[in-house]
Amino acid sequence: MQPERRTYAFAVTECMAALEASRKSDTSILNSLAFRGVVYQVLLASGVILLGWYLYHNAHLNLERQGIATGFDFIGERAGFSIGESLIPFDSAQSYGRALLVGILNTLYVAAFGVVLATILGVTMGIARVSSNWLISKLASGYVEACRNVPVVLHVIFWASVIRALPPPREALNPFDGVFITNRGVIYPLPVENAIYPWMGLALLVGIAGAVLFARWAGRRRELTGRNVSTFWPGLGIILGLPLLVWLAGGAPLEWSVPALRGFNFQGGTSLTPEFVGLLVGITVYTGAFIAEIVRAGIQSVPHGQVEAARAVGLRPGLVMRLVILPQALRVIVPPTTSQYLSLTKNSSLGVLIGYPDLVNVGNTTLNQTGQALEAISIMMAVYLMISLSISIFMNFYNRLVAIRER
Amino acid sequence: MTRQSAARKPETTEAVIRLSDVNKWYGEFQALKDINLTIKRGERVVVCGPSGSGKSTMIRCINRLEEHQRGTIVVDGIELTDNLKNIEAIRSEVGMVFQSFNLFPHLRVIDNLTLAPMWVRKMPKKEAETLAMEYLERVRIPEQAYKFPGQLSGGQQQRVAIARALCMQPKIMLFDEPTSALDPEMIKEVLDVMIELAESGMTMIVVTHEMGFAKTVADTMVFMDAGEIVEVAPPSIFFEAPKSDRTKLFLSQILTH
Amino acid sequence: MTEIIAPTGDTAALAPVRKAARESEPPPTEKIGALRWLRRNLFNSPLNSALTIVAFVLVAYWGVSFVEWGILDAVWYTTDHNVCRQAAGACWAVIAEKHRPMLFGVYPYDEHWRLIVALVVYLATVTLTLTPYCWKRSILIPLWIAALAVMGTMLWGGVFGLTYVDSGQWGGLPLTMVLFTGTVVVGFPISILLALGRRSRLPAVKAISVTLIESMRGVPLITILFFAVNVFPLFLPEGMEIDKMLRVVVGMAIFFACYQAEVIRGGLQAIPRGQYEAAEALGLGYWRMTYKIVLPQALRICLPGIVNHIIAALKNTSFVLIIGLFDILTATTAVMQDPLWRRFFVEAYLFVAAVYFIFCFALSKYSQQVERWLNEGRRF
Repeated sequence: MQPERRTYAFAVTECMAALEASRKSDTSILNSLAFRGVVYQVLLASGVILLGWYLYHNAHLNLERQGIATGFDFIGERAGFSIGESLIPFDSAQSYGRALLVGILNTLYVAAFGVVLATILGVTMGIARVSSNWLISKLASGYVEACRNVPVVLHVIFWASVIRALPPPREALNPFDGVFITNRGVIYPLPVENAIYPWMGLALLVGIAGAVLFARWAGRRRELTGRNVSTFWPGLGIILGLPLLVWLAGGAPLEWSVPALRGFNFQGGTSLTPEFVGLLVGITVYTGAFIAEIVRAGIQSVPHGQVEAARAVGLRPGLVMRLVILPQALRVIVPPTTSQYLSLTKNSSLGVLIGYPDLVNVGNTTLNQTGQALEAISIMMAVYLMISLSISIFMNFYNRLVAIRER
Repeated sequence: MTRQSAARKPETTEAVIRLSDVNKWYGEFQALKDINLTIKRGERVVVCGPSGSGKSTMIRCINRLEEHQRGTIVVDGIELTDNLKNIEAIRSEVGMVFQSFNLFPHLRVIDNLTLAPMWVRKMPKKEAETLAMEYLERVRIPEQAYKFPGQLSGGQQQRVAIARALCMQPKIMLFDEPTSALDPEMIKEVLDVMIELAESGMTMIVVTHEMGFAKTVADTMVFMDAGEIVEVAPPSIFFEAPKSDRTKLFLSQILTH
Repeated sequence: MTEIIAPTGDTAALAPVRKAARESEPPPTEKIGALRWLRRNLFNSPLNSALTIVAFVLVAYWGVSFVEWGILDAVWYTTDHNVCRQAAGACWAVIAEKHRPMLFGVYPYDEHWRLIVALVVYLATVTLTLTPYCWKRSILIPLWIAALAVMGTMLWGGVFGLTYVDSGQWGGLPLTMVLFTGTVVVGFPISILLALGRRSRLPAVKAISVTLIESMRGVPLITILFFAVNVFPLFLPEGMEIDKMLRVVVGMAIFFACYQAEVIRGGLQAIPRGQYEAAEALGLGYWRMTYKIVLPQALRICLPGIVNHIIAALKNTSFVLIIGLFDILTATTAVMQDPLWRRFFVEAYLFVAAVYFIFCFALSKYSQQVERWLNEGRRF
């Protein structure tokens, strides 16, 4: 199997070589490593192909006997079921294909929220765990241990049940003015649509770009003169100030759609459904614990000598963190964090348990209605594989970008 | 410092580091026992002793990488206490070279050198880079400036580490076994740089087992054992006529090998 | 010139030489003081002081409310749900009332003692398996054969006068244990083969391993369970049926194996090239080299990672809720449909969470211990 095997055998000692040679005096082709390798591979490949053909054959017969249609024609057919929440318009007269698209978008929607929140939670808790403050670090490790040692399924079911057990709209919890937490979800006010809002959004983008440019300018100025310009407050000012200016220029419209109780339910405002909130909280709390652990390990992976060297040249603790520890820790943190993002996305499929219409939920309904299990499950798997694949491609690219060069 | 000893030394010489009755414990283990040591400006001190004798601990206390629990350490007129400002001030005056180099692996050589001048001394980048190149030339590896530390040999890395410390233009340099992690053929290139530095008049405290180096550059030899200073003497006396039996034993062991 | 300044009262002040080693003194006592500890660990900077105060207030507030709810105002035992309804605190009585169906599912009530015996045997076997002293083939193989025989007898029955219980009726914690053990026992050998396959120099072997590993890792466990339950029967010839639980275990095992294979591959990569060369130089063939030289080292190196994925496998057994196998979580969820007691779901789920926590936490502590042993250079 290893071509250099004989080379080494001869190289080490003559004694060994003689032994090997006597054993291998039969030089027939059957003892050639290369030949054996080809035989193994041909056997394996034909085994896999035969097995595949056999399974296909069985499936074909079974489906024919049970009178189940095959192929992906059902995608164009009328779905006939409605979906509780959707980012794009959908009704039961539309096709299975559209329904599945709604499911994919819902999966990505809850995963995007989950990734952002789990990152915030995880990074906070991870930094808290390495804090010199005893109480804070103990609290953080309590959170991490309690949450990662309990299955994510239980997290999701638990939070979904909690939300279902919340008071009905008539007795809604009202933590802030205009925000209501009920068993029908979280309801919060939304400004009434106004022509100025898209412009404010644009101003926000411009503001962010402006802040980035400002930070670059400050960096260049520091390089030129050595003087440090604080970038945090001016940056924040630019990001928030521009939209505010646009808002003032647009006549400062102040109309809010505030939710109010009408009969048994709320009118106005907008809401997050209980299924969405339950799923989101469950997967966020669970994944956050893992990210916290990764962040802690990443920070602790930077050798103590690095911190000492940085302190020995006179850097202040904040700068040691920013210039020496974080750049090195990030290389360790980012790859496993990405796989946590992936696993969060995959865990969002637990929506099927609590009625959130994600891809698996919609796919499952499709499966039950059409009976085409093979096709439905293939679609689900293919979509998740595509998400995973694109993230790994991005990761490989990133890793090549930041790898520390040695040699 | 007692009056007695002050009287015996010339008034013109300025004590730049003064350790008085310094004690340090790691848990129950006493690492330093009543350390008293005064070092003048421009003096070259070599500290030797068996491993675990507290040599590294002592010099790490001088720039507060370790905290002493009793006694006082005064560096360049500033006493080392909990005060963060004092610690920062001292650290930017005291350069340190570590046994394991501790270069920043994510930064190129030049960026390793300019980091502290730019962020601590608030030096413009151009100026910092000129300074860095100057020191890289002094340690004889200007051609490596744009490589990463991982691409250099051990001896080159340690010379970069020396240059990095020098870029802060420190008044004092501390060396914590700078050649112990190096292959024999690289030790010389590092020692040559250190000898040059010594000739330029830098105040140096060097923890090392390189006795040849000590004989060449040291003004003062300090021998430590079991957390205390056993003997302090100029090299001529230290190597020829040591007073303590412990010193004799140590020297016989280290010189016969 | 540098010199030693002798402590006052030392008569040898002029001779800067110490003859004998000085005795160590005890550390200054102030270091141990509580106030100093507080200042160091809780109030060492303005930011930390603020954080400490905020955290302390929150902890005190939540801690007090939790103690009130969970202990002071709690109902510990009652068979009447109305008592719980009127209480302000937790209703731990729900566990007393429902623990049998939660822990044992729909297994015949009068036979529950058999499950307890099986669980005790199981836990004892696992504990012994995790003890380095027992890591010998001469102990482990007979131990597991005996344990499996006892557990099989207890779960299925049908011999020694025990009534037969079909695997469809298994449930609760024993089912969780069966799923978990099945996953690990079936999955582990597959994971080794996949890891070796992925590092093979034969392109076909490598391609098949990579494809399987990456596609399994790319999809949610749910879809694999759906596949095992809904699709797999289609692939079998007419008239052939495989037990649902077996299908699920195999599905979970393959899923587990693909993650575990990546951990083991890391271990294989960490073995120095010289080990392979030495083994080859001795004339060992591929399989003997792998079995005698490579795997024992690789598995030791990545033992902590292996345990982590074993913990994940234990938590993943709860996914069977989706396909209707009655593990401890499914059983609890079903029990909590009881309209009289359903409002006390928090207590019930906390109980189940505690069960999972105990096992997972113990395993992760164990993995840390193993890591410590390995760092100390202890050989097994």
